[in-house]
Amino acid sequence: MATTKHTLVALVDDKPGVLNRVASLFRRRGFNIDSITVGQSETPNISRMTIVVDGTNTSVEQVRKQLDKLIETVKVTDITGDNIVVRELALFKVKTTSANRSEVIQIVDIFRANIVDVSTDSLMVEVTGDEDKLSSLLKLLAGFGVKEVCRTGRIAMTRGTIAESGRRTSRQTESSGDR
Amino acid sequence: MTMKMTGSQIILDGLVKEGVDTVFGILGGAILPLYDTLPQFPQIHHVLVRHEQCAAHAAEGYARASGKVGVCFATSGPGATNLVTGIANAYLDSSPMVAITGQVARRFIGKDAFQEVDITGITLPITKHNYLVRDASSLAKTLKEAFYIARTGRPGPVLIDVPKDVFQEEIEYHAPGKVDLSSYKLTMKGHPAQIQKAAAMINGAQKPLIIAGRGVILSGAFAELKELAEKAQIPVVTTLLGLGSFPESHVLSYRWLGMHGMAYANLAVNNSDVIIAIGMRFDDRATSEVSSFAPNAHIIHIDIDPAEIGKNVRVDVPIVGDVKAVLTPLNKLIEPAQHGEWLQQLDIWRREHPSTDIRDSVAILPQYVVHQIYEATGGEATIVTGVGQHQMWAAQHYLYNTPNSLISSGGLGTMGFGLPASVGVKMGRPESQVWCIDGDGSFQMTLHELATIVQEKLAIKIAILNNGFLGLPRQWQELLYEKRLVASPLYGPDYVKVADAYGIAGAKVRRKEDVIPAIEKAIACDGPFLIDFGIEPEENVYPFVPPGASLEEFLEVPTKEEALWQRQSTR
Repeated sequence: MATTKHTLVALVDDKPGVLNRVASLFRRRGFNIDSITVGQSETPNISRMTIVVDGTNTSVEQVRKQLDKLIETVKVTDITGDNIVVRELALFKVKTTSANRSEVIQIVDIFRANIVDVSTDSLMVEVTGDEDKLSSLLKLLAGFGVKEVCRTGRIAMTRGTIAESGRRTSRQTESSGDR
Repeated sequence: MTMKMTGSQIILDGLVKEGVDTVFGILGGAILPLYDTLPQFPQIHHVLVRHEQCAAHAAEGYARASGKVGVCFATSGPGATNLVTGIANAYLDSSPMVAITGQVARRFIGKDAFQEVDITGITLPITKHNYLVRDASSLAKTLKEAFYIARTGRPGPVLIDVPKDVFQEEIEYHAPGKVDLSSYKLTMKGHPAQIQKAAAMINGAQKPLIIAGRGVILSGAFAELKELAEKAQIPVVTTLLGLGSFPESHVLSYRWLGMHGMAYANLAVNNSDVIIAIGMRFDDRATSEVSSFAPNAHIIHIDIDPAEIGKNVRVDVPIVGDVKAVLTPLNKLIEPAQHGEWLQQLDIWRREHPSTDIRDSVAILPQYVVHQIYEATGGEATIVTGVGQHQMWAAQHYLYNTPNSLISSGGLGTMGFGLPASVGVKMGRPESQVWCIDGDGSFQMTLHELATIVQEKLAIKIAILNNGFLGLPRQWQELLYEKRLVASPLYGPDYVKVADAYGIAGAKVRRKEDVIPAIEKAIACDGPFLIDFGIEPEENVYPFVPPGASLEEFLEVPTKEEALWQRQSTR
């Protein structure tokens, strides 16, 4: 069966050891986590995890249920097929010289990314977007020499409901952008 | 009204409030404050075992026999790690247990202090949940939660790790409120639409089959299962751990399925058109090769754990819920039926593949011994086993007609489970005759519990099927590894002398005619009794579905000619 990347959102109690329980479960069931991000949710004492994992639909469904079984898990949703907004944040430290600095800045501008630090031999770029956008920028910057890369991994949220026709359009747009 | 209490007092008070009267354990440095407080709570009887693994097994045996939550204590470090096998066993067999371990004092945690291990980390994948308690004020709530989690839903072990200074800390005691676990969801009642779908499928079936598992026992749904089977004349097979969920002498019982299950039960599974799987989890020892499991059947799966649905086999009608709560409304929708042709077919298979015939022999056959124990106890005993050939023979040649009458290690397959578990079983069910049917390999793993048996004055009857081998691996070596018997021959002591050294009466049986008198002597004896049965050493367990084969591809007892040929080709 074909594997695809799934985005799971887990709401969990904000208690010590919860991340360990979740990570341990993925390890035990033989899943590689592509990325996992954890932070506060809208509810006090509840953390929100966004987990990206590669697997078949049935195997990811099994992991979702196992995850749901953890006592400290409030809710787990596989939002892969939903109409979602996906974002990632990255910092890149790019080697620059006075000769090519403006070229780098131009590329960064095209990607609507920001320069957050400048030194004599490097620039630090801050960029948000979906994974493809970040990877494309990284590929373009690679030619200049990238000294450090730091990516947060995906966060994702389901879009609000709007009128049916508009909703369909936005889903199509988003899904093509996601890929 | 408030009062000052120490952490230890809060724990023991909490245990009493949970109805705990028996705990199994071994003390040590970190848990000494708790033991020091025990005399203040005379309602709790502490059973000192000889190894922490056995504390966990005994607690599980107690839980499974009594229906209550089993409790065990161990100290930090090696005490806690020794519990691990027993906790894993309880996890895989869904037994309710609370394990309380001592931990080094809070200021030493993370410093690799003496006897410090991260037992919550270690037991993370083998507990339903676990806790490291960081202050005494959360103890009462934690304990209450732990018991609630251990016994509700799909039961399982919960571990509470308590630092030494938390036991000693004195605080204002506040009684814990109701357990409030918003994140812990239980689905007890099955979805009505799913139940209707299942009923329609059962009512339309030509060749229906019930596979009953331990969930029936845990749910106490004995009557409901029987009603379902009888109402629509549906044959019943059980899993190994489902033995004791449906009387095996019942006309609709086709006993149990799987690797060493009845050949006719396996044939029934693979030829049925609707399988009603109740409180079982399609373990690989039950299904054998899943891709060829029940190829013609639609599967209805009733289980309380949603994660079990679709985990191993495809399911057509899943129903998440407690077995009893699902069967009660389901039974109302079931139309009376006969299924005469299908039952006749099953009877033909049973005649063609009897699976448990015992051949004539001069030697003492293990099957014969188990059968004689069945006869002598009238099938009324509670049987506890270790793991191996003896376990399979005990499951095959004893008919489990009384509810929950076999207590065995299924999922983990823990050798050495039998003796310590029988300690707990006897304490949880004192009125019952308890027989520990063990192998010489299994027995040698935990035989030190003979001391606990004497200390607690437990009239446990121990039958060792002694073949001088680690028998099940030996059988695999013979059949699957070209008879290379590497490390399976096993030296054993004189078990009757060992028993005698502990103060336990015993008998060594080496002639077939002594089998019955020895069993009778054991039953007549007021206290514990051990019988060492010297059995045919290279007897194999049949039927046998080799690993990777389909359930239908069972090997049966070789005929006399085949056996002779096999023996000659060995030499």
